[in-house]
Amino acid sequence: MTLELHDLCLTAPGAAAPLFAPLSLRIAPGEIACLTGPSGVGKSSLIAGIAGQLPRGFVLSGQVRLNGRDLLALPPERRGVGVIFQQALLFPHLSVGDNLAFGLSPEFRGRTARRAAVSEALERAGLPGYGARDPATLSGGQRARVALMRALLAQPGALLLDEPFAALDPALRAGMRDFVAEHLRAAAIPALLVSHDAQDAAVARQSLAIAPLGAGG
Amino acid sequence: MIWLRALVAMLIGAPVLVGVGLTLAAAWGADWTKVLALPGLWGGLRLTLITGIGATVLSLALSVPLGLWIMGRPWAARWLAPMLAVPHAALAIGLAFLIAPSGWFGRALAQVLGWAVPPAWPLPGDPYGAALVLGLVLKELPFLLLMTLASASQVDVTGQMAVGRSLGYAPGRVWARVIWPQLYPGLRLPVFIVLAYGLSVVDMALILGPSHPPTLAVQILRLYTAPEMRQAEASVLAIGLVAMTAALAGIWWLAERACTAFGLMALRRGRRGIARRWPGSVVMAAQGGLFVAAMAVLALWSVTGIWRFPDLWPEGLSLALWARGDWIAVALRSLWLGLASVSLALTLAVAVLEGEHRAGRPLRLGAIIVAPLLLPQIGFLQGLTTGFLWLGLPAGPLAVIWAEVLFVFPYVLLSLGGPWRALDPDQLRAAASLGAGPWRQLWRVRLPLLARPIAAAAAVGFAVSVAQYLAVLLPGAGRVATLTTEAVALASGADRRVAAVYGLAQAVLPLLAFALALALPAYGRGGSGGRAP
Repeated sequence: MTLELHDLCLTAPGAAAPLFAPLSLRIAPGEIACLTGPSGVGKSSLIAGIAGQLPRGFVLSGQVRLNGRDLLALPPERRGVGVIFQQALLFPHLSVGDNLAFGLSPEFRGRTARRAAVSEALERAGLPGYGARDPATLSGGQRARVALMRALLAQPGALLLDEPFAALDPALRAGMRDFVAEHLRAAAIPALLVSHDAQDAAVARQSLAIAPLGAGG
Repeated sequence: MIWLRALVAMLIGAPVLVGVGLTLAAAWGADWTKVLALPGLWGGLRLTLITGIGATVLSLALSVPLGLWIMGRPWAARWLAPMLAVPHAALAIGLAFLIAPSGWFGRALAQVLGWAVPPAWPLPGDPYGAALVLGLVLKELPFLLLMTLASASQVDVTGQMAVGRSLGYAPGRVWARVIWPQLYPGLRLPVFIVLAYGLSVVDMALILGPSHPPTLAVQILRLYTAPEMRQAEASVLAIGLVAMTAALAGIWWLAERACTAFGLMALRRGRRGIARRWPGSVVMAAQGGLFVAAMAVLALWSVTGIWRFPDLWPEGLSLALWARGDWIAVALRSLWLGLASVSLALTLAVAVLEGEHRAGRPLRLGAIIVAPLLLPQIGFLQGLTTGFLWLGLPAGPLAVIWAEVLFVFPYVLLSLGGPWRALDPDQLRAAASLGAGPWRQLWRVRLPLLARPIAAAAAVGFAVSVAQYLAVLLPGAGRVATLTTEAVALASGADRRVAAVYGLAQAVLPLLAFALALALPAYGRGGSGGRAP
């Protein structure tokens, strides 16, 4: 599994020029690449574009390949690209365990096997026995860990992280960075992280700063 | 605020209670063997269950995929309000003109297949009640969709959809498995209203339902209006219908639990589903198409001179029936009955909301407000008419207005309540800091700021009032003629053109009210800037 970006250009609705210079990047399995840049440069929109969920009006040109397969022509659910959003976005009406069960890939078959996979994921997240809990009772850091496990249980071919630590307490960020790095290495998939915080680049093998194109940015 | 609660209890709660109580009292002395031996009772019961439950389940089931479809299409959502404004009876008459053997569909088929005489299909009024179910679904679907949209504004639909799709789920799957279940609590009350309505509807059942035997509600009305005294038998059936509605609501509640459990089991299985493009668009096109075609054929018949069978278009158009003008007096009566009941309902709603605001907490009126919508109308309106007589209020326009307020008030309150509570409290505080007392705040700040929602709530209430059938027929003792009662009576008559005139007038009146509600405050805002205090 390798994620390749070729000459990616993002244009905002109604704008004539792209937001940043064409972007090319190759991310190997188990590797994290970090894109840093000021807010408003289009980092979140870039993630949304790779995931196939750009708001109407944005134009993404260039190529995105996952293991050689061109992604941009596919609907979001068939790209095999997991996304970690700024907010954990756990389903508030489902228990923590059911949030994970919803994420768990259908390749796990049978009730017992699926249940075992969910409780194992909870253990790896450091939340053993939290399956029946209401997500609202979790701390911000716990919610972020559940969101990461939910995305990984779907067995994506790549993972995109959109400022995953921004909503966390500064004291929790370092721990969460290590947690993410460790699990992404274990999953052996390429990951692309965008952040406005230069410290986040520390977890990444390669990091790239993107700057706005032109004076108007 | 105790007096306010007492007022609502007296104006809205008491009539319902008295109505059910007096119906029960009238049923007490009935001869049960005679009731059970009524011809067509069991057939009517079966028909009532099929049409009432069928229409509710079908409307709700269709509203799930359509809810997702309409979420992304604000232009389509704008059509929901006008569809809501069209009364049941007008839609039923138009639909009958579409599906009857000599209706537009029959004519279209005749053109293709070369028929010279109308086909012999039993529509409308098929023994299974299919035409009635179709009519109810066409009318209730927009209502449930509007409620779905209202409920969806409380949930982060975009974010959850993005999460679901990034986990590999098709959009329809995300919607049905995780998003819609969060919206359902907001749909429960509307669904119970639809269920109670479907089980007890009379006007639509008279036009689209079978007549041998008709639905239970129609049988009850026939007994109530029979020349010989059959009040007791009718009352037994009316109470039976109330009990049945309550029992079905209980069963529905149990079915809800079961569906929740099944839904959770399916969710845990994690099947991703495949994206399908057709369901939403196809169902919506069918619904909208039938609705618009029914209205169009209604309008066409009202200006038809002669229209021979296989022709798709009448030979000549004429305004003769409109020019006859007999509909004008009836339309004016519908208009002033509507204005009266809306004024009362609006005043009461403003009093309740302002009282709630000053008390700083909800008034806890819940059950009283929605009781008239959750009970079968025929279960208490005849008893209420008796109660009005005891109060010294004879059957006639005043009794009709009070009865209409029972159904207008809940809709006015529900549609005004949201915007009222959402008004920025800072604007009121700013007024208070300028020395405005509570009354001045109400008159000079809140009501002008809420002009648009108030106009919209009034239009909703007016549409409800114009559409009332039983609430006019029973408290009016059949002597108050409105567009609805006339249209329903004429629908079974020989002349389609006359029925079309009244049916179309009945549909146009509330649509005009909606158009006015959209237009009026726009004028008001332009002039208010430079006005001296």
